Formats: sequence, structure tokens, C-alpha cells
Amino acid sequence: MKNKTIKVACLSRVEGEGALSVKIKDNKVVDVKLKIFEPPRFFEAFLRGRAYSEAPDITARICGICPVAYQMSAVHAMEDALGVTISSQVRALRRLMYCGEWIESHALHVYMLHAPDFLGYPDAIQMAKDHAPIVKRGLQLKKAGNEIVTLLGGREIHPINVRVGGFYKTPTKQEFAPLAEKLKWARDAALETVRWTSTLTFPDFEQDYEFVALRHPDEYAFNEGRIVSNRGMDIPLCEYENHFTEEHVQHSNALHSKTKEGGAYFVGPLARYNLNFDKLPAPAQEAAQAAGLSAVCRNPFKSIIVRSVETLYACDEALRIINEYERPEEPSSPVQPRASTGYGCTEAPRGILYHRYQLDGNGSILSAKIVPPTSQNQKTIENDLLNFIPKYLDIPEEKLVLSCEQAIRNYDPCISCATHFLKLHIERE
Amino acid sequence: MPTLRYLFTLPTCSGYEMSTNQLAQKPPPILVIGVGNLYRGDDAVGRIVAQGLKREATDRVNIIEKDCDGAALMECWESADAVILIDAVHSGALPGTILRFDAQVQPIPATYFHYSSHAFGVAEAVELSRTLNQLPPRFIVYGIEGKCFEPGSGITGAVAEAAQDVLEQIQKDVALFVAQGFRLDGF
Repeated sequence: MKNKTIKVACLSRVEGEGALSVKIKDNKVVDVKLKIFEPPRFFEAFLRGRAYSEAPDITARICGICPVAYQMSAVHAMEDALGVTISSQVRALRRLMYCGEWIESHALHVYMLHAPDFLGYPDAIQMAKDHAPIVKRGLQLKKAGNEIVTLLGGREIHPINVRVGGFYKTPTKQEFAPLAEKLKWARDAALETVRWTSTLTFPDFEQDYEFVALRHPDEYAFNEGRIVSNRGMDIPLCEYENHFTEEHVQHSNALHSKTKEGGAYFVGPLARYNLNFDKLPAPAQEAAQAAGLSAVCRNPFKSIIVRSVETLYACDEALRIINEYERPEEPSSPVQPRASTGYGCTEAPRGILYHRYQLDGNGSILSAKIVPPTSQNQKTIENDLLNFIPKYLDIPEEKLVLSCEQAIRNYDPCISCATHFLKLHIERE
Repeated sequence: MPTLRYLFTLPTCSGYEMSTNQLAQKPPPILVIGVGNLYRGDDAVGRIVAQGLKREATDRVNIIEKDCDGAALMECWESADAVILIDAVHSGALPGTILRFDAQVQPIPATYFHYSSHAFGVAEAVELSRTLNQLPPRFIVYGIEGKCFEPGSGITGAVAEAAQDVLEQIQKDVALFVAQGFRLDGF
């Protein structure tokens, strides 16, 4: 088989509408294009003229999976612009809300979307026929995350309780008591998830990636920190656009992000873990090591273990925050509009999510820039396939397609964030 | 009384049998779920039917609206005994065509239902519930064929007409469930 065309109808279990086109010539992969046809939604444009206070709720609508991330990047950017300082308990509650989103998003991806690839099932329904207790555990774990977001956000999707300066309402300490009991179960389930995912079989595939993530001096970063990479980058958020650019490529409605030098980079759980292993508390580090991970992991397929480690961390962190919680006197800090520019970057489940807003003196948005994680991973996904497929050119076509899908799902791509259905097209000439 | 247009009624299961134990307790509740995205054209029709039922309900039925997150749907019906779910479908039939499935006796075709977050939507949630032996004992799914699923609010004419027909049919379903011993007063 030298030249061939493979067409695959649909790549499922990813969020959004797009396609992958792979061209193989003389047994060599000559081109890989991740095509996103989700029409651009122009959020950045229709934010113009809206009040600074509307950005968290408008941008949350970009995604039904990670609305908390959009709200968090928006409020931090606005607070940066307007010089707002939040109280320590509001800060802790924001971390808690992020724990909820990480738990629900990671549990959904690990159990329902990615695990069937490793176990050879077409979907979680077929997997559940043989592994019902495991699938039930995944659903229950996801539910624990949902309950955090519901308690703090007012509802599980598109929370309505987040505002610039803090929250509209904060819970009482007593309201957390039932949640804490569920999180204790979730914590044990997450630890078991780390053990279980470590028993899966992983393709032998490592790449020399540029990993990019937030890093904070005192904690595993969610909301705050500097942007760092394993190649020496260490910059404040306001310099993001000096180091990364977006370009329009003909085959995609989502902009491709790259470094100023033109290179692809990698954001998400694997990047966070590699750049912040030392910031993970001992239980998460020990669980990772017991699962066979060292402090650095370059095999993207093992992201399923890393997501599980992060889920364990999120459960522990949530329990810590709840244990130390004292209801703040005021749910939010005062905010005064002024002409300014602000930057926000937080760790969405899929990687860093950058927001920048320019405001006028009344607090109206003059310009907005939003760079979601999937935009940033697009080039790396294409590169992975370019390097991964040649090893598997001789396996049956159906299996090759499934392997490509598995490789894409390593990134848990959220296409609708980046600009919704992914189709895979392999062309062999 | 309007008749259902293009209605494909699938066989219903035998009557719901209340156990002696159940009869001694409070009757199980009825849950109506309207599914969809209000900002994606005809995808909103399930939620519009739910909203209509809320307005017209003289008795309290637990009527909720949901986005199409399969896992969240499973959570909301896990303790329900009678469920009626409404969603838009895209099967290639004429817009406004109404499909009615008894999930207890027939699988829900995944290809009909509009894809959702991570392609884990209504059909997948029903089938996973069935596999895990968690499917409520009575479960009716209405699918309304949509025409336009583009971003934007508002549903097309034939779909709006079908929504009214489904609303009236659900009122009959609820009356039947009540006659079978389910209760109307929510959870």
C-alpha cells in the first residue's frame, strides 16, 4: 500500500463540529489538517459596547463544558483593568468553583470519552455492558463536580452567581456540609481512577513538546500565575500577545495559535503537570508515582492518567477549601469603572484561556480578545498525527482511524470553544 | 382536537404495574424534560414545549428544561418513575414530523437526535441508563423534526405547530400516568 485515500464519516466524542484530513503519499504522511467548520461566533466583536460587568455571563455562553473557565478569565481580566482586589475567601471560593469544573470535565472525558478508546469499545454505552461499576463510578464522580458548581454558581451549566469583584451571594459554612461528605467519596473514587487508568495500555509515543501553563509560587495554578514553558518562557499575563500569535489558516474557522517563533505548543493537563509537579501536594504526587508517572510525562496518551491525578488534586483542594471556609462579610468588592486595559488567564480543564479587554471611562468594552485552549493546541494535534500515523500505516484502516481519534481525544478538544461534530478524512495517494 | 401530523406511534409497553409496596407509599412522580438549546433555532423546540406545559399546567407536574448534557440528563431522571422527554430530531423527515418512542421497548436512534456536548446526548443517555439498569420504568420520548439548527433564537412554522400538538399529547400522557397511579405534585 503506497498511496491511498481513507474517508471516515464522523469522529465522535469531541465537542464541536470539524474534521480531520490526512493525506498519505508513498507511504508517508504528507499533510494533516484539523478543519473546524463551526462558524465563527464573533464573541469578541459583539462584546464591544457591552458593560464590563456583562463579560462573565456573555463569555460563559461560549462553552457548555467549561463556562466557569470563561467566567474566571473574564472576571480576573476586568479586575486587573479596574484595580479591584478580592478578599481571600472570595479567592478561595473561585478556586473551589474551578475544582468543580475540573472534576466534572475530567471525569466526563476520562470515563465517557477517552477510556472506551483504550478498552476497545466504540462508546461508553458498549463499555458499560462489560464495565458497569466503572462507568457508574465515573458518572458519580462527575456529579460531585457538578454539585460544587451548582452550589457556588446557582446552576450546573452557565453559572449565574459570578460577578466582577466576587459573587452575588456566598454560601454559609453549613451549606457545604453535605457537599463535603460527597467529596470525601469522590476523593477515594478519584484515587481509584488514577490506579485504574494506570492499568490501560498506552502507545509508545513521546514528543519533544513546548509545554505552556500557568505557574504560581504557592499552589497548583488555577486562577493566577505567570505563563511559563519548559523552554524558558516566564512572562506576566500582559505579555501574552508579545509571545503568541494567532493566524487564520484556510482550512479552519478557528484561529491557529503559535509562538512568535512559529512553533506549536501544548496546553492542558499534561503541560500543567509537567510544569507544576512540585506544586502538587504529596497525596497527588504519590498517586502519580504509584501510577508509573515521573515528574515529566511526554506521552500525550497518558494524559488520561494525568487528568485522573488532577481530579484527585481537585477533590483534595475542594475539601481543604471547604474545611477552612469562613463566609466573607461581603460577597464582592466594590468596582469603579475607568478607562483601562486588563488581562486574565486561567487554567480551563483543557488548558490556558486568555482574555484581554480594553474599557472606556464608563466601563464599556472597546475591544476584547479571547484565546481558548483548543485554538492553542490545534497545531500540536496536527503535529502529533503527522508523527503518530507513520508507525501505524500497515494496520487495518478501521483501526488506524480509531487510533487517530484516540490521539485527538488526548487533547479533549472543544471545537465550539475554538470557533460543533468532527469528521475524519484520510487520503492516500 | 387537532390530530398529530406525520405521527409515528411506536408500540407502548404493557401497563405499568404498581407493586404492593409502592401502593403503600406515596405514588411515584412524573417528570417532564424539555431538552435543547434556546439559541440554536429549532433545537429549542423541546424547551418551548416544556415552557408551554408550565404555563398551561393546572396541576403541578415536575417540568424542567435542560441543555443537552447526557450525564446531567441521567442525573435528573435517576430517581424518577415516569419520564416524558421532548427534543428536536434531525432524521431527514419533513419538518414538524413528530416521533414518539417508548424507550422501555425500543432503543432511541442516536442519529436522529441532534448532537450535543461531546456527542453524549439524549439517545446516549437513555441507552446508557438502560445498560446500567437505571432506566425509569415509564419513559416516553418525543422527537420533533427540526428544519433549521443555525445559531439564533426562534423556531420555524411547522415546528411550532408540531410543538403545540406534542404539548396536547403530553397532557394526555400525563392524564394516563395519573390514572395508572403516578402523582402530579413533583418530587
